[in-house]
Amino acid sequence: MASALINVPAKAKRGQIIEIRTLMSHIMETGFRHTAGGELVPRDIITSFVCRYNGDEIFRADLFPAIAANPFISFFTVATESGKFDFEWIGDNGFSESASAPITVE
Amino acid sequence: MRASPAISVAALLVMAVPLLAAEIPQEQRRSGLSFMASETQAMQHDDTTNPGMLWVLDGEKLWNGKAGAASKACADCHNDARVSMKGVAARYPAFDKRLGRPVDLEQRINLCRAEHQQATPLAYESHDLLALTAFVAQQSRGVEISAGSDRELEPFVAKGHELFMQRQGQLNLACANCHDDNFDKHLAGSAITQAHPTGYPEYRLEWQSLGSLQRRLRSCIFGIRAQPYDYGAPEMVELELYLMSRARGMPMETPAVRP
Repeated sequence: MASALINVPAKAKRGQIIEIRTLMSHIMETGFRHTAGGELVPRDIITSFVCRYNGDEIFRADLFPAIAANPFISFFTVATESGKFDFEWIGDNGFSESASAPITVE
Repeated sequence: MRASPAISVAALLVMAVPLLAAEIPQEQRRSGLSFMASETQAMQHDDTTNPGMLWVLDGEKLWNGKAGAASKACADCHNDARVSMKGVAARYPAFDKRLGRPVDLEQRINLCRAEHQQATPLAYESHDLLALTAFVAQQSRGVEISAGSDRELEPFVAKGHELFMQRQGQLNLACANCHDDNFDKHLAGSAITQAHPTGYPEYRLEWQSLGSLQRRLRSCIFGIRAQPYDYGAPEMVELELYLMSRARGMPMETPAVRP
């Protein structure tokens, strides 16, 4: 069960700079920790995040073990046309989650 | 090494001094929120940056999902949580007539699962129990805490208070030594707060996860080098009850964010 929280302004003026904020639930296990019994806890992290605006990739990030659990990623873009933002998180053990948010540009 | 008599006497005096602690006056009570940096406060206030909301979202799914041999969802009996659960968390731990003792919100959820859903209880600090508790408690956000006002709870609040004032562990500290006598000071860089549990279950950046009040209490007890009570132990619930009654009248913040 993975949940995402997305914050994209519902409306924007053409050419306006908008902030997009995303929060994804994930334990981000570093792969450097050991159990009390001395066994290594295997790495389990999100490795990449992509945002597409009407199909065009506008933002990409690679994630590493030092990034905290439930990664919060925020970035800016220019509102050019109405449509939708698609978000995709990919990680270890076949982790793959996606979400989308609409925007109306006036 | 010989200690000077004056120092020994002073040390004896310090050890003999009874606990100073008086409860914090009503108008001076503060939520843990006010001890935090503005960035952490901003994180709590915006539902799209508050990681606790991830558990609330999962809790909503669990609320509506069928569980147990009875194949019933929470929503089948309680309907819309926004209506039925508003203010509920603010009065927990509450007295359970059948058990004759107070139960906290986690225990109530598990009792409900056992009785009405015929489902197995969820483990303390498991993702699902935290998620359901957070979802239920979030419905009380902004509602004034009223826990412990039930007459039948009085002896249990008193026991919780006694535990709060009881010195224990290798460091021989009572909860009150920090949270009544020394709040607003720092312990290894962390703010000492007033022990008003307004936002549980809460997201602690240190834990990188949501956690219950019992988890918080256990780490405090570990910190004074005492043997922590087990999850669900009567002492735990009594402490929770006393702390909630101490915060009576303060607004719920669930899911709070704390450092």
